[in-house]
Amino acid sequence: MKWFLGHLGQVGSLMVNHAVLAVAPLVIGLLLAVPLGWLAQRYRWLRTPLIAGTGLLYTIPSLALFILMPLVLGTGILDPVNVVVALTVYTVALLVRTVADGLASVPQEVLQAATAMGIGNVRRFWSVELPLAVPVIAAGLRVAAVSNVSIVSVAALLGIPQLGSLFTDGFARAFLDPIVVGIIACIVLALVLDLAIIAISRAVTPWRRTQVPA
Amino acid sequence: MIRFTDVTKVYPGGTTAVGGLSLTAPTGQITVLVGPSGCGKTTSLRMINRMIEPTSGTIEIDGRDTGTLDPNELRRGIGYVIQSGGLFPHRTILDNIATVPLLLGWDRARARARAQDLLERVGLDPVLGKRYPNQLSGGQQQRVGVARALAADPPVMLMDEPFSAVDPVVREQLQDEFLRLQSELGKTIVFVTHDIDEAVKLGDQVAVLRVGGRLAQLASPAKLLSDPHDDFVADFLGRDRGYRGLAFAEAPELPLRDEPVVLLGSSVEQAAAIAAGDRWVLVVDEARAPLGWAEPGVLTGVIDRDHLHRGGTVARVGGSLRAALDAALSSPSRRGVLVDDADSLVGTVRAPDVLAAIERRPDGVPA
Repeated sequence: MKWFLGHLGQVGSLMVNHAVLAVAPLVIGLLLAVPLGWLAQRYRWLRTPLIAGTGLLYTIPSLALFILMPLVLGTGILDPVNVVVALTVYTVALLVRTVADGLASVPQEVLQAATAMGIGNVRRFWSVELPLAVPVIAAGLRVAAVSNVSIVSVAALLGIPQLGSLFTDGFARAFLDPIVVGIIACIVLALVLDLAIIAISRAVTPWRRTQVPA
Repeated sequence: MIRFTDVTKVYPGGTTAVGGLSLTAPTGQITVLVGPSGCGKTTSLRMINRMIEPTSGTIEIDGRDTGTLDPNELRRGIGYVIQSGGLFPHRTILDNIATVPLLLGWDRARARARAQDLLERVGLDPVLGKRYPNQLSGGQQQRVGVARALAADPPVMLMDEPFSAVDPVVREQLQDEFLRLQSELGKTIVFVTHDIDEAVKLGDQVAVLRVGGRLAQLASPAKLLSDPHDDFVADFLGRDRGYRGLAFAEAPELPLRDEPVVLLGSSVEQAAAIAAGDRWVLVVDEARAPLGWAEPGVLTGVIDRDHLHRGGTVARVGGSLRAALDAALSSPSRRGVLVDDADSLVGTVRAPDVLAAIERRPDGVPA
């Protein structure tokens, strides 16, 4: 506790770094997963290769991916872009299936009604399918957010500063306090992200909070 | 007018859903497509607004080949109602109804005013407009579905089993209101159902389709019931065809008898006196609307609603022979109750008198 109070500023800035490294890939990953999930849902023959293929990406060990990124991207080993890109890969891996499932959860008769009223395919996607897929997509997003917060800490092994740095630091000095603070800070961050996703999802789906007649 | 000319739909697997269908749905009338599962009735309906493209043949609406029109523009000019409404769960009732007007570029205020107007037109409370579909009952959702289809005032409406997901009582209400609405609006309607009773009740003309999308018979409901073209149509129509056919025969002047009545709330002694030895006496309210039959011999005290026998149906003067006959057959006193348009008692009629009227009808089948 004493150590924590003495290093408030340091822990705070590591937490901000951590949050940015976890959230940026979440947003980018979602933007990539939506069209991929749409393709998987729209064209049946693409579904298995797309979902299995992106799912496989998640099995690549994170440390290996962080080390490989500079070779692929031509970036420096300490560049945070490596972390962002690697986590984006994981986010896409988790979200493509979720987006496809979310779009598949939209009732067929609703889609038919939309088409029958002369709503074109593009408009139908944005105004009907995506809004109705939000609850399922948000559930997947919550898993990806927590997973990202946890995986970001591995990047400390490469020397990219975030909450994981507290683990390597504490380990190197055989000093428990920063490790405990790091764990708690990770949990708090994951919780905050989770609640934020729930709040946003609820805000954009007002129809789900309505009283259903008996 | 919607005209099918030799329309065929063959699916990639080689199944023929619709085979060489030619028929005309006249302007301002309800044409019902009815048949067993797999008869291609829904496929036929969806080819009209090109949700399904025909393999061959043409479909024209008022002389224009739909195949040459932009599908989305075509669809915005055709109202479409499906089972359980197909409402957008994430939009309020008003926004659901305003969908097509907004697509057509109406400004928001006008679209909403129109939606509000339609909500009342289909018999819903205006406060429901701000709710979401899951807050409405199945019957209410179905009404919203109809309102949404009517929103841009399209001349043509397609209805795909719109009333089959609700319970029988609500279904009958919806059917009656649909007929009332249609009598005001005069749309050109193609209506799909698997329920022959619904087809016969709603259709100005009924097209019976057999499996493989072939037209078995196209006729008015009365003609269909009295003169089925073949065994398939006869079997599909089912039993009691003679009786059901009477629904389309307007009752001629029937020999009505004056019926002694007692007011609800009268004493049983008064009722017995009025019955004058008859076992049953008809109970009415202040406006002479019949409420039910009472049996003074087994009652004591004052006649209240719980005492009434309610088995008897009530027919309207100038209504169908079927309604008049049923009123007589269902009445415990065997006297069928007839009322005027204000639901006020006119008199009673006995089954032999109705049968005599049926006997007096000319032989042969209606056109």
